[in-house]
Amino acid sequence: MIGRRVWVGLGSVAAVLLLWFGLTTATGFVSPGRFPSPADFWLSLNQIATRGYAGGGLAAHALQSVKLVVMGFVVAIATGVPLGLWMGWDRRAEAAINPIFLIIRPIPPLAWIPLAILWLGLGDGAKIMVIWFAAFVPSVINSFAGVRNIDRPIIEAAQMLGTPRWRLITEVIAPAAAPMIFTGLRLSLQASWTTLVAAELVGALAGIGFVLNMAQQDIYPGMILVGMVTVGVLGWATTYVLGLVERRALAWNVAGRD
Amino acid sequence: MQPIPLRMSEKWAWGALGLFGFIGLWAALSAFGIVPRQFLPSPIDVLARFVHLLTNPFAGATLPQHLASSFQRYAYGVLLAAFIGVPLGLLMGWFRWLDDVVTPLFDGLRFIAPIAWVPFAALWFGVGIGGPILIIFAGAFPPCLINAYRGARFVEPRLIEAARMLGTGHLRMILEILLPAATPSIVSGLRVSAGLGWQSLVGAELIVAAAGVGFMMVQAQANVATPTVMAGMAAIGLVGMAIDVMLRQGEAWLRRRRGLQV
Repeated sequence: MIGRRVWVGLGSVAAVLLLWFGLTTATGFVSPGRFPSPADFWLSLNQIATRGYAGGGLAAHALQSVKLVVMGFVVAIATGVPLGLWMGWDRRAEAAINPIFLIIRPIPPLAWIPLAILWLGLGDGAKIMVIWFAAFVPSVINSFAGVRNIDRPIIEAAQMLGTPRWRLITEVIAPAAAPMIFTGLRLSLQASWTTLVAAELVGALAGIGFVLNMAQQDIYPGMILVGMVTVGVLGWATTYVLGLVERRALAWNVAGRD
Repeated sequence: MQPIPLRMSEKWAWGALGLFGFIGLWAALSAFGIVPRQFLPSPIDVLARFVHLLTNPFAGATLPQHLASSFQRYAYGVLLAAFIGVPLGLLMGWFRWLDDVVTPLFDGLRFIAPIAWVPFAALWFGVGIGGPILIIFAGAFPPCLINAYRGARFVEPRLIEAARMLGTGHLRMILEILLPAATPSIVSGLRVSAGLGWQSLVGAELIVAAAGVGFMMVQAQANVATPTVMAGMAAIGLVGMAIDVMLRQGEAWLRRRRGLQV
């Protein structure tokens, strides 16, 4: 049986869609130059999906953006997680690296965009760099906290059984810190999207942010809305996929949490 | 797992080593020309430029003037988010039907990155003050709403029952029971909002503004004035840190007054 909550929710979404139609098409209260009508939105969606806009189809732009987010994200995990684990494990590493973090952390990832463009131009490299900055800090902090939260007896038991150092890291410490690491990843995924869209708006040759940028310059409200909705859908979809990966990787932990 | 703590002297020694190593590497890369100085100015260059910008204008204003116009927009955007988000969150925590109506819409909008509002901000407001405010609002609004809502939902049921038994109306229930009980949660939401708002501001100014630190940095980037870009980053970091420290102090003070764990 579908609950009352679902009906009210569907009702409110329908009401907003109706309001949208009413204000734009039916009464013309909001002029089409300010906000697109549902028909404009549909036409724009059709245009970008079939004929393409800003040098490519919707799928190509979306794929470009997803590719960059995934690449930046993977680089951030590959560098941030080992660093965080090391800092959690070794007080000296923590003492040496923390002050550098204190300097770099307050600078928002978005503020790196101009520098990234100066260094790497308008191509993919600059975007990967800023996404790396957005996702790197949460990866480090959460891996660090993950190690610090491991129960000491677990590590002592492994050491007592003569586990070599490498296996201790890969089979005891990393898995035990993994739930915390995933919490950090979920936080940084949204930040990665924000950063990517901003970077593509400032300067790019393809991608959803580039579509938004072109639509802004063409004063094309329908296409702006298409771009925004696509950003939302992609953000939601990647979060969903990360959730699936977490469920897969941490079956032992997630099962107990729900 | 807590490794054995270092002695204070050791901690300082390693900290100094890390810091000097980092700054030394940076200085060496630019001093020996491994990276062209035009793209990686030395730390001294950046510091000198920072001091220079304090009194000399770049892109139409000095650094403090740019910061002042950034901060004004920021304050408007965050205050607007707080004045709409907190009351709405409390109302959603009290009236179930409102929760059911707003939540699906809110969840749908939340996945759109605040920065994606930039084209509409430009379309509606040009490069005026409204555009950045809209984007800061989009960034700062969700934590205000979510924390007020959670704070109101997790009020001890006994308090609500007692108030209800005494015949408290909706308005007084929200103002005199839910609001005070939810205050710690609201304040930590405001702190998160302030941080996200500052981030959004930077993004907004990179694209739609004719003044502000972000605008200064984009202009510097177009002129390949790397030291100015880096000085702008430092200014943004310093102000962001100052905002965070002040709000943390405020939050700790409030929690102590309430007898909560700091």
